[in-house]
Amino acid sequence: MTVLPQTDILTVNQLKAGFGKVEVLKGINLKVREHEVVALIGPSGCGKSTFLRCLNRLHEETEGAWIEGEILLRDKSLLGRGQDPVEIRSQIGMVFQKPNPFPGMSIFENVSAGLKLRGIRKKSVLENAVESALKQAALWDEVKDKLKAPGTSLSGGQQQRLCIARALAIRPPIVLMDEPTSALDPISTAKIEELIHVLKKDVTIVIVTHNMQQAARISDQTAFFLLGELVETGLTTQIFTTPKDSRTEAYVTGRFG
Amino acid sequence: MKSQTPIFVRVSFRRKVKNFLMLFLIASLSGVALVPLFLVFYHVVKSGFPALSWNFFTSLPAPVGEPGGGMGNALVGSLIILGLASLIAIPLGIFGGIYLSEYGKGKFAASVRFVVDLLTSVPSIVTGLFIYAMVVAPMKSYSAWAGALAYAFMMLPVMMKTTEEILKLMPDHVREAGLALGLSRWKMILFIVLRGSRPAIVTAVLISIARVAGETAPLLFTAFGNRFWLDGLSEPAPNLPTQIYSYAISPFEQWHQQAWAGAFLLLLMVFVVNLFARAYVYRAGGRK
Ligand SMILES: Nc1ncnc2c1ncn2[C@@H]1O[C@H](COP(=O)(O)OP(=O)(O)OP(=O)(O)O)[C@@H](O)[C@H]1O
Ligand SMILES: [Mg+2]
Repeated sequence: MTVLPQTDILTVNQLKAGFGKVEVLKGINLKVREHEVVALIGPSGCGKSTFLRCLNRLHEETEGAWIEGEILLRDKSLLGRGQDPVEIRSQIGMVFQKPNPFPGMSIFENVSAGLKLRGIRKKSVLENAVESALKQAALWDEVKDKLKAPGTSLSGGQQQRLCIARALAIRPPIVLMDEPTSALDPISTAKIEELIHVLKKDVTIVIVTHNMQQAARISDQTAFFLLGELVETGLTTQIFTTPKDSRTEAYVTGRFG
Repeated sequence: MKSQTPIFVRVSFRRKVKNFLMLFLIASLSGVALVPLFLVFYHVVKSGFPALSWNFFTSLPAPVGEPGGGMGNALVGSLIILGLASLIAIPLGIFGGIYLSEYGKGKFAASVRFVVDLLTSVPSIVTGLFIYAMVVAPMKSYSAWAGALAYAFMMLPVMMKTTEEILKLMPDHVREAGLALGLSRWKMILFIVLRGSRPAIVTAVLISIARVAGETAPLLFTAFGNRFWLDGLSEPAPNLPTQIYSYAISPFEQWHQQAWAGAFLLLLMVFVVNLFARAYVYRAGGRK
């Protein structure tokens, strides 16, 4: 794996979160360095999605959801009343498990939506942004001749890359991905893994995956979650070869989960 | 082995017969349901079509005894009343529906929902009387406004209800995708959710217009009717349904014919609106 750059872009301290009386995350500490890919792994229901959704404050859109603790983007606090979730989400993009292009919008409109709804009207600016986002998402060659076609007319894998392009178009320094390939075939999955590898030079990626090989292939850091706690985190090579915690070892070797 | 074959054949034969009978039953029952519709259509076209002429669309009603004349004023009046009603009811209905679907969680929303349900089942004659008491009586005049309000009153709850139901069909993960893009909630709702539901909303609008277009009762004591061109929105307004009504109950054969022609026109209007709704859905179908 590559040598890790040093600056921390995200710092999570004692993050607790839950729904109503249920505490799902029980005090998570994690540092994410700039331009690194962090894989979150762990058995179903351990709180990976909840953690991810805390980072862009989508968690609190659910009724009864609460967050405590501290999240820093560089040295700016993301939690607390003064912070505007809308502003934060402009800095931290997200790709979901199920491809979810905006219905009724063309490919072009999907990718440009984020910019357009921020008031950017100039056609040349939008065109350039759409082209570069689609290129970053490795979709440009497949769609450049049919930008007016509905986003939903693409294949599942293409739709997912469209969603990646949509998130990239507003140029967030961080992109969160929640099992982005779990609904896709192996070839589409490989394409997305490849593009994550290339994207690293532009953005920092936090990705949830159930696929150990995928985590091993694409990530620099791996964090193992279990029952709402972060059991262990470290260099991916270390987590997969010499884990410190026996539970991590059991999980990555496939003995439970 | 040999003795088994006939049983199988017999069973399968019986199954096929049953299947055929059921199919026949279903087909003929749906045929029966369509009979009245076709009868109405046939009769209206047969009696109304011969009386239609260019004049019918462009001229005022002729005095009794004089041949010719038309319902031009009623057609224009109807379109104006429908237009005003749509201007009032459609935006309000859509925003009300957005409220119910996207924000409507508490007790207040529950009571709004309850009232909307009640309003959809208010008989149209009651709506007419209500507007009479609220608008016509204080203003001391029948008017196009009153007719439009009565129509709007009927369209509003339907628009709210259908908009709510249409928006609820939009999956939550689409809303989340909008929020995750750093859009404020209202932008997400207007430009992602509402926009994505546009084909269904347009259809709902057209159908709600078609639904009230032929209603007579709400106009009887609101717009009232008028044998001349509409002379301002605060004047009694000519309109197709009440015109047809007064011609149909008149003792004059010639007016009866005009009533049929008017009925045909009304049917045509509703039909065309429905056709537009269909065409729009068909065209938009590919790009959901
Ligand atoms: N809207 C909700 N209301 C209440 N509890 C919830 C809600 N969403 C999730 N939970 C609970 O939070 C816990 C963590 O869920 P989460 O979705 O974060 O798990 P996950 O690690 O992403 O699992 P998976 O790998 O299956 O996606 C689960 O026990 C779940 O039941
Ligand atoms: Mg999850």
